[in-house]
Amino acid sequence: MSSKLILAIETSCDETSAAVIENGNRMLSNIVASQVKSHQRFGGVVPEIASRHHVEQITLIIEEAMREADVTYEELDAVAVTEGPGLVGALLIGVNAAKAVAFAHQIPLIAVNHIKGHIFANQLVNEMKYPLLSLVVSGGHTELIYMDNPGSYEIIGETRDDAAGEAYDKIGRVIGVPYPGGKHIDEMAHKGKDTYHFPRAMIKEDNYDFSFSGLKSAFINTVHNAKQKNEVLNDENLAASFQAAVVDVLVDKTIRAVKEKQAKQLVLAGGVAANKGLREALTQAVKNEAEGVELLIPPLDLCGDNAAMIGAAAFVQLEKGEFADYTLNGRPGLSV
Amino acid sequence: MKILGIDTSNQVMSVALAENSRLIAEKTVNVKRNHSIQLMPAIEELFKEAEWLPKELDRIAVAKGPGSYTGVRIGVTVAKTLAFSLSCDLVGISSLQALAGNGERIPGSYIVPVFDARRGNIYTGLYQVKDNKIVPVNKDTHISVSEWAEGLKRLGAPLQLLGEDLEKHRDAVKKMLSESLIELPMSRQYTRASILTELALDLEPEPVHTFEPNYIRVAEAEQKWMEANPEHIQGGGWIEKL
Repeated sequence: MSSKLILAIETSCDETSAAVIENGNRMLSNIVASQVKSHQRFGGVVPEIASRHHVEQITLIIEEAMREADVTYEELDAVAVTEGPGLVGALLIGVNAAKAVAFAHQIPLIAVNHIKGHIFANQLVNEMKYPLLSLVVSGGHTELIYMDNPGSYEIIGETRDDAAGEAYDKIGRVIGVPYPGGKHIDEMAHKGKDTYHFPRAMIKEDNYDFSFSGLKSAFINTVHNAKQKNEVLNDENLAASFQAAVVDVLVDKTIRAVKEKQAKQLVLAGGVAANKGLREALTQAVKNEAEGVELLIPPLDLCGDNAAMIGAAAFVQLEKGEFADYTLNGRPGLSV
Repeated sequence: MKILGIDTSNQVMSVALAENSRLIAEKTVNVKRNHSIQLMPAIEELFKEAEWLPKELDRIAVAKGPGSYTGVRIGVTVAKTLAFSLSCDLVGISSLQALAGNGERIPGSYIVPVFDARRGNIYTGLYQVKDNKIVPVNKDTHISVSEWAEGLKRLGAPLQLLGEDLEKHRDAVKKMLSESLIELPMSRQYTRASILTELALDLEPEPVHTFEPNYIRVAEAEQKWMEANPEHIQGGGWIEKL
């Protein structure tokens, strides 16, 4: 097989990223500029500020990705970009930059779904095998996606309210850790114990859907009631109890789905895939309850938003000749 | 010199190709549609019309704001990415100065381009003819309509008001400024990218990577944060390479 090169761009939220990917599985570069320090000032991502930062960063990041990969535009087979889901103003920067590169050098343009990108982050580390089940968990998504082949996606379960990562950020604010709260809660959880026994929503229900808003309310009520009674709660136990409730439901439903669907591989994807508690629990559960299933967990640097994963997902579309034209727009609510 | 001009800072989208001071092709569209969908197909269409190749481009002139934040960003992102990846010149021009270029060269009169900025505010500038060129007298600004009209009235000079958005502020204009107005035809009310390509001939190219829109206004969240944290000096350090 001759080698095919894709320049990929990702600007769907608060990371400006560009990468050069060979044959969908080899990372020649993956540059990520994070705005998290900026948004920490506001306790969460402010869309207008995110868009402004993307404009400031975009050509710098593309240049660095091209230079690190030591590739010229003439050598590229396509330019790929995240079209959605995400923040519309943020998406538009990547989309318009990608169109400009495609036009300037007359190379094909590929529009990539951000969620598919997260799943394909795994392809950069291990070969993906089908049928495959993916648990996608991030600040905006909590989905179980079944794939028969590289191009087919079936959502068999999803959150009915908050995404898991969103719940982490919200309770992080209640405990008083900096945004984004997930990492801090995860660290605290490892020092505490599940003493508060928060509800495991929908765990007994005969479907693969999730709900985290009840858990979030139970958490907030616990903290609130203690405050009124002047009781001091143990933050580490609170974090451990919250994390146990989230992880229990995610792992339970995922293992049930992987067995029912007889998937060869189970793939963890999305920003919350960096959560140590979830990684450990899922690894243990696959070992104990789903023997023979291969579990893929991306390395930490490929869990968060990055362009390398967009280049990996784009390769499937390049092989099929699925190209976008210059009317490509940002699609904030795009589903898989 | 082959120049591409781009203005997507308001509802009007205008794209032009010029060879030095000669117009080759221009497209101006005034429909409520998304510039992100329209812009690149329009650029491609004009290049086909002119039988130019992207790599032949020498210079890009872009309207850098003020205007719709999203609109300005679309034009600036396309302009700076094209300039960077083609290694050609980039020149940024005030979106208000671009519109002011539609004014008549009448000595002693002021040319006043206006974009609506919602909630009774506008983006505007004050321009005048000097050596047969239209040059800024004051910095572009964001201002309430009433304060603006009073300021103009005090000038006591003939005024050429420009911009379709003036329709939204017709009452204030009639009440305060009707005596000093010079009426201009409909064709002058819309931004034209050929004005950008012409202005770009005399301007120095800017560094591409650090080129940013001129929003005039700090983002609301940032403004509040700065008020609450006066001890922090503005000036970045917010972006971290992972």
